[in-house]
Amino acid sequence: MTDTTQMAGETIHDVTVRVNGIRRSAHVPARRLLSDFLRHDLELTGTHVGCEHGVCGACTVLVDGAPMRSCLMFAVTAQDHAITTVEGLCSAPDARVAPTGESMNPVQQAFAECHGLQCGFCTPGFLTTVTAYLDENPSPTSEQAREAISGNLCRCTGYQNIVKSVLRAAEIKAERADERADEQAGEESS
Amino acid sequence: MTTQMFGAPIRRKEDPRLVTGGGRYLDDLGHDALAAAFVRSPHAHARIVDIDASDAIDVEGVVGIYVHEDLPGRVGEPLPLLIPHPTLTHGRTGYALARDEVNHVGEPVAMVVATDRYVAEDACQRIRVTYEQLPVVVGIESARDGERLVHDDVPGNVAAHMLQEVGDVDAALATAPHTLALELDIERSACMPMEGKGVYARWDRERGELRMYSSTQTSTGVRAAVAAKLDLPLAKVECIAPDVGGGFGVKIMHPWPEEVLVPWAARLLDQPVKWAEDRREHFIGSAHERGQLQQVTVGFDDEGRVLGLDVKFWHDNGAYTPYGIIVPIITSTQLLGPYKPGAYRCEFWSLYTNTVLVTPYRGAGRPQGCFAMERTMDAIADALGLDRAEVRSRNFILPSEMPYDHGLLFQDGRPLRYDSGDFPASLAKLKQLVGWDDFADYRRSAEAEGRKVGLGIGCYVEGTGVGPYEGGHIQVETSGRVNVSTGLTSQGQGHETVFAQIVAEELGVRLEDVHVTTGDTRKMPYAVGTFASRAAVMSGSAIAIATRKVREKALRIAADALEVSPDDLEIVEGTVRVKGAPATSMSLGTVSVLSNPLRYAFDEAARAATQFAGTFDPDKPPVAEGEEPGLEGKGFYSPTQATFANGMHAAIVETDPVTAEIKILRYCVIHDCGTMINPMIVEGQVHGGVAQGVGGALYERMAYDESGQLLNASFMDFLMPYASEVPTVEADHLETPSPLNPLGIKGAGEAGCIPVSAVIASAIEDAEGFPIARMPISPNDLWELRRRHAAGEVPSLHRQANTARSSSSSSSSSSSSTSPKEPTS
Repeated sequence: MTDTTQMAGETIHDVTVRVNGIRRSAHVPARRLLSDFLRHDLELTGTHVGCEHGVCGACTVLVDGAPMRSCLMFAVTAQDHAITTVEGLCSAPDARVAPTGESMNPVQQAFAECHGLQCGFCTPGFLTTVTAYLDENPSPTSEQAREAISGNLCRCTGYQNIVKSVLRAAEIKAERADERADEQAGEESS
Repeated sequence: MTTQMFGAPIRRKEDPRLVTGGGRYLDDLGHDALAAAFVRSPHAHARIVDIDASDAIDVEGVVGIYVHEDLPGRVGEPLPLLIPHPTLTHGRTGYALARDEVNHVGEPVAMVVATDRYVAEDACQRIRVTYEQLPVVVGIESARDGERLVHDDVPGNVAAHMLQEVGDVDAALATAPHTLALELDIERSACMPMEGKGVYARWDRERGELRMYSSTQTSTGVRAAVAAKLDLPLAKVECIAPDVGGGFGVKIMHPWPEEVLVPWAARLLDQPVKWAEDRREHFIGSAHERGQLQQVTVGFDDEGRVLGLDVKFWHDNGAYTPYGIIVPIITSTQLLGPYKPGAYRCEFWSLYTNTVLVTPYRGAGRPQGCFAMERTMDAIADALGLDRAEVRSRNFILPSEMPYDHGLLFQDGRPLRYDSGDFPASLAKLKQLVGWDDFADYRRSAEAEGRKVGLGIGCYVEGTGVGPYEGGHIQVETSGRVNVSTGLTSQGQGHETVFAQIVAEELGVRLEDVHVTTGDTRKMPYAVGTFASRAAVMSGSAIAIATRKVREKALRIAADALEVSPDDLEIVEGTVRVKGAPATSMSLGTVSVLSNPLRYAFDEAARAATQFAGTFDPDKPPVAEGEEPGLEGKGFYSPTQATFANGMHAAIVETDPVTAEIKILRYCVIHDCGTMINPMIVEGQVHGGVAQGVGGALYERMAYDESGQLLNASFMDFLMPYASEVPTVEADHLETPSPLNPLGIKGAGEAGCIPVSAVIASAIEDAEGFPIARMPISPNDLWELRRRHAAGEVPSLHRQANTARSSSSSSSSSSSSTSPKEPTS
C-alpha cells in the first residue's frame, strides 16, 4: 500500500518503485501513468510515449523483467515492483562500454551496429522488448525475430534492420556469455 | 592515408546516444514548464456561438484560459499562407484559435495553461462551447459538385485551378492510333511520425528574448514566423529543433497554431510553457495527404509509345491551404516519371473539404502522380498485348537525351529539367533482380498449386534537393575538434553522420573529431528546412564548399608556418604535413591556434599564438589583409534547379483465392540517388519508404464519415504496418552522379514510398486479371472487386491472368518451388 495525502481534490500517493536497481519515490495522484511517472516525476526520459493507448509499444519497460506498456499502467500499481527502462539496460551484467563511451547491453550494441534505428523515438520500446525476448529465446530464427518485434510500431526503418539487429543481438549476447563464463572459470582456477 | 569516409557504410554517430536513453526529444525538455492543452472542435463545420469557461477557471492548477478574442494583434490574425502561387486564387488559412467558425474536427478553439497536462485537460473538459452546425463537405466528389461550401467566399470549393500544357494534346489524341481513358482514385493517409508535434518556449524577461524548441523540420522557418507573429525582432527569438522523432513532411508545415500560442503564453505569463501533441491530436490537428481523383486520357501508337497524355485531377486540400498547392503541383509535374509523354496537358483543381488540412507527406504528391502514370503504362501494355516492362522501356528518356527538359515549371518555380539518369540500365537491373523473365514459369507452377500470384512494376523520377539554398559552417578548435553546423533539421536521416563523413573526407580529419549541429538558429540562422529529399544535396554541398574553404585556409597558414608551398601539403587524420616528408607537419589544432592571434594564453596551446611568441613580420598586421581570425569557414549552396533521382520497383504478390488476403512475397528496388555518401543510410531510407508505401497501398486510410468525423483516429484503428506486414526489401543501387553539385549526390529520403501503390496495384491486377484503379486496397475491397468482376460489372484485362505473357520467356524451368525465385548471385 502507498501512503496518501490530499491535494487539489486528488488523493496523492507516495509511490516507491525500484527503477534500474535504485529505489525511487515520488508523490503522485492515483491517475499518474507509469510512463509519465518515469518521464516527468523521475526525469527518466528515455522511455517514450507514442500513442498513450498501448498500441505502439514505444513506452515498453520491463516490470519484474517482463515487457509492459508503461502508458497502460498507473504508477501506483508499480509500487514495490522492479522497473527497468532503456537507461537501465546500460547497466545490465552483459553491458560493455563502447569505444564512444556509452555502456550498452547486447541489444543496444546490435541496434547501433545494424542501423536498427533512424529517428530513435520508438527504439527504447524495441530495446526493452527484445532484451526480454532474448532472455527467453537466445537464438531465434529470422522469422521468430520478426514475430518478436511485431507488437511494436516503427515508422522509419521498415523493420528490416530491426530484425537484423535482433539476430545480431543474439550473437553478441552469446559471445558475452561465453566471455563471462571464461572469466568466471579463470577466477575459479586461480 | 585517411580511411575513406565518403561512400562508406559508416555506423551512425547518433546511435550510441539514442540507444542508451540519451536522446532529447521535445517532451524530454522543460520539466519545470507549465503545460498547455487545447479544446478542439468536435464538429467539421460550425459557427462558434459561445464559449463558457466559467467552470474551468476554478480548477486548481489552471493558470490561464485563452480564446480567440484574447489574442492581441498579429497573434489573432490568420496564420500565414506560406507558399503563395498565382493560381491559388482562393487561398485560406485558419487562426491560431478559431475566431467564429471551425472548418474541421480538431481545429483548436481554446487553450488552457496549467501546472501539468492532467490538470490542463481537466479544465478543457469543463469548457463549454456552443456551436451552430453548418453543412459539411467531405470527400472530393462532394467538394467538386460545389453544392455545399467550406468557405462561403470560395465558389465551388476551388482553392486553385492550374493548367500546364506542352505541345498540342488535342491534336495528338485525335491522331493517335489508340486511346485509352482511366479513372483513378487514391485515398488519404498521413505521415504519422512516432513522436507528435511539440513546442516548448521560455521567455527571458530581463533580456526580452524568446527561446523556443519545436519538433519541427524547419527551425529557421518557425523562428521567422513566430518573431513576426509576436512582433519581436528576429534577433530576440531563437528556435531549436531538438531530437525529432520522425517528421515525414508534417513538421515542415509551420507555424502550427501551437507554435504561435505556446511562445505567446510563455511571454505573457513569464513562465516556461510546453505542449506535446498526443496521438489523437495528431490525427485530427495536424495534416494528411494523398487524396486525389484522377482522369487520364492517353493516345499511343502500335508500339505502345505515348503520343499524347491528358490528365485531369481533383486534389483534396482539406480545410485550409497554409502550405499552398505544392502537393498537386508536384503530382502534375512528377507524374511524367522517366517517360517522354509526347504532348502533355495536366489540369488540376485543388478543393476545400471540412477535413484536416493537407500538406506534404513523404513523396509529396509523387505517389499519386506515379500511380496515374504507371496505371497508364500497364493499361497500354494490356491493350496492345505487350510486355509491361517493354512498353515502359519504349517510352523512356534515354541517357543520351540528358539533360532532358520537359518544358514545364517544377514546384520550385524552375524548369522541370532532368539532370541525369540511366533508366534502361535501372530497368535491366530490376528485371534481373526480380526475375522478370522467369515469372511466367513461376506463375504456372503456382497456379498448378491453386495459388494466385502477380508481378507488378513501377518507375518514378523524383526531383530532389530543391533550393533556394542551405549553408554550412565549419570551425576547427585549437584542440582539433571540428564543429560543423547547418541550419536544416534532422528527424532520423543520420545527418550527424553523413555530414561528418563529408567533412572528414574533405578536410582530412577523423570522423570522431567532427561534431555536427543541425536545426539550431543560434548556430546557423540562414537555412530553409528538411523536405523534398534535400538535406544531403543542399546542406551536404554547402558543407563541402565550406570545408574546402577551411582546408584552403589551413594549408595557407601551415605553409606559411612550415615555410613550404601550400601545394606541397596534405592533411591526413588531422595533421597537416609535407607530401613525401610527413615529419614536417603540424596538427590542425596548432593551425587553429595560429589562425587566431592572441593576447592572452588561456592554455598551453594558446601560448604559441600570443604576441610575444615566435617571430613575425612587424610591417604586417597580426590578421593578414583579407583574412579573418579563426580556422573556420562558411559556405552556401544554391542550385539553379532540382536534381532528379529515380528508381524502379517490382513486387510479387499472392492473393488468397478465397479470402482475398493480399501478401507481398517479394519486393525489389533499384534505386539511383547519384553518388551515395553512406549506402547503409540510403538503404535504411529505402526500407522505411517502402514500408510507408506498403501502409499506403494496403492498410492506411483516413475513415471520415459524412459528418466529417475521423472514425479511425488512433493507432488501434488506423492500420500502420507492424513488422508482420512489411516485406523484406531486396535493394540494389545504380549511381548516376548529378552534374549539378560538387558531390554528385541526389536526394534519397522520399524515394522508397513513391511507387509502392502503383507497384502493388500492378501486381494485384496481374494476379486477378481485372484492372485496379483505386488504392489503398483491402481484402474486403478486393473481394468486392472479384464479386463485381464475376457479375460483369468490372471488365477483364484483355489478356487472361493465367497465361504467360512474358515476351522473352525463354527458359523452361521445371521448378516447382512455392516461393518466387531469388537471384542466385
